[in-house]
Amino acid sequence: MTTRTVEFELSTPGVDAAGRDIRVPLGVPGREVEDFPSEHVLINIGPQHPATHGVLRLVIELDGETVVRCIPHIGYLHSGFEKLAEYRHYNQIIPLTDRTDYLAPMSNNVCLALAVEKLMDIEITERCQVLRVIACEMSRIISHIVWLGTTGIDLGAFTPFLWLFHQRELIYDLQESWTGARLTTSLTRVGGMMADVPDGWEDGLRTFCQGFPKVLQEVDTMFTNNAIWCGRNQGVGVISQADAINGSLSGPLLRSTGVDYDVRKDRPYLGYETYDFDVPVGEHGDNYDRYLVRLEEMFQSTRILEQALDRLAGLRDAPMNVADARVILPPKSRAMSDMESMIHHFKQVMEGIHPPAGEAYLGIENPKGELGYYFVSDGTAKPVRWRIRPPSFVNLSALPQMCEGALLSDVIATNASVDIVMGEIDR
Amino acid sequence: MTDPSVSPSVAALRGQFGAAILRDRVSCGDTIVWVAADRAHEILAWLRDDPGQDFNFLTDVTAVEYRDGELPLEVVYQLRSLGRRADLRLKLELDKALPLEVESVCDLWSGANWLEREVFDMFGITFRNHPDLRRILMWETYAEGFPLRKDFPLRGHFSRSEQTRQALAANPEAHYSLEELSIAASYRDLSVEMRARLARGERGEVV
Repeated sequence: MTTRTVEFELSTPGVDAAGRDIRVPLGVPGREVEDFPSEHVLINIGPQHPATHGVLRLVIELDGETVVRCIPHIGYLHSGFEKLAEYRHYNQIIPLTDRTDYLAPMSNNVCLALAVEKLMDIEITERCQVLRVIACEMSRIISHIVWLGTTGIDLGAFTPFLWLFHQRELIYDLQESWTGARLTTSLTRVGGMMADVPDGWEDGLRTFCQGFPKVLQEVDTMFTNNAIWCGRNQGVGVISQADAINGSLSGPLLRSTGVDYDVRKDRPYLGYETYDFDVPVGEHGDNYDRYLVRLEEMFQSTRILEQALDRLAGLRDAPMNVADARVILPPKSRAMSDMESMIHHFKQVMEGIHPPAGEAYLGIENPKGELGYYFVSDGTAKPVRWRIRPPSFVNLSALPQMCEGALLSDVIATNASVDIVMGEIDR
Repeated sequence: MTDPSVSPSVAALRGQFGAAILRDRVSCGDTIVWVAADRAHEILAWLRDDPGQDFNFLTDVTAVEYRDGELPLEVVYQLRSLGRRADLRLKLELDKALPLEVESVCDLWSGANWLEREVFDMFGITFRNHPDLRRILMWETYAEGFPLRKDFPLRGHFSRSEQTRQALAANPEAHYSLEELSIAASYRDLSVEMRARLARGERGEVV
């Protein structure tokens, strides 16, 4: 039997805007306890467990309540999307992207269209850019809502979940009236969009943009200075800036450690450089900073949405799809009356679009991190290789590093704060 | 998305490594450099550590097999310098007639761990000195081969009834053994013969 000193390093020190100390003391430091030699216990969480946010399985070796080792097992949802894409035309891959990060389907659709457009060197119209920005930011909001709501539930807070999921329903209603589907949106096409927004749709989104920040502020009130929330999140799941960069983390995880890298700012696409928004950056790299970063991102997304709606109003009669017969189907009326349009229609549907031989990698700032699509084309209608650079796959690989040495209950909090989606990890 | 700040990297690489830089190309605005497979680790380490290059972020590791069977397999590294906001794609070629082996870059970027495991799982490329090279998306005893290889049919090598038979014959308890956990930590210390047994799905006695 040995004696060891319990050291409580439970939270990162700090004060809130009102000058109050937000460190939460949860124990008496320096107390001596007797340490019983114990056998390590192996526990298995998942793959069917609500706190693993999907079919993730964690095998955890415990010494008492301390995590000695954490081994994630993935692949339970593997569907071979990358293989399937090698047998499909480029536009036929879009439905596959819905099913990868299914919490932000429109954003994936946009990434795919952008990647193929980069491969074919197509410049899309301004109206299409604005619509895609709206799609991306709506996706960011619903993805972060799911993350915040479920994380709250994991840590025992049920009320914000209900408030937030009500807001998510509002976005889903808008998404449904635009794309016809709540989840499997398949919104984009190479060179344009599957559909324009219906009449009066913008008013619905504007109403949402007015109401949503108020709900977020209420959630902010519930969480940000909440003693349990701070105690469970501050100083938990810490990863240093050097480790985050070395571990290829991206998105809110990387920014929570103080790296100001956001693809929207640093590799702008869709004209993001012309929007006025801020990129929140954390400092401690713990669960709490990741919470703050994502919370602020939702406010910023609302700002971007409002600016995009203003632009959309000025582009009411502008064309949405590129005038390029290689990639965009002609209007149905012309396909039925004009021989050339009929041929274009036939060739596109039967043979697909043919990007030139070459390759392109395009990364966008998805809610979970940098989503990259890498296409290799040999000039035929089907890609040689479609690689998804899945942000939550790479982010999850750092979970053992963030959990080992912490308590078992911290694994749940940290896993929630990594914000994974298994459809994308397993593909 | 043309980035003029990338091409100096190619000139610098040629100056530093000479003949080990096989060729380079710009495709859709992305700079691609092909390097000799046996010197790739050294070149990647230099790109990471040289202050003029500073490619501190490994965005992705993947592989490409072309439909033309004559062409070699390619391992692709997407590098990024967070500070310089520059990207570089580095490729190395593997002759399919030879053993598919490259040096792991896990010692340079810990983020390469799962990415290389996935390439191993999907293409059968072995990464030397990888700390934990196991299958990641497919299960440990998956016997049909490497799914993203072009000689792998879309439906798999086995018939549907054989796939069902194997799934039903598998012992689900085997996934919950202590043995598995000890393997993950000490895999490198095991004998070659023991590793081969584990690869076949034998797990030994559960304590």
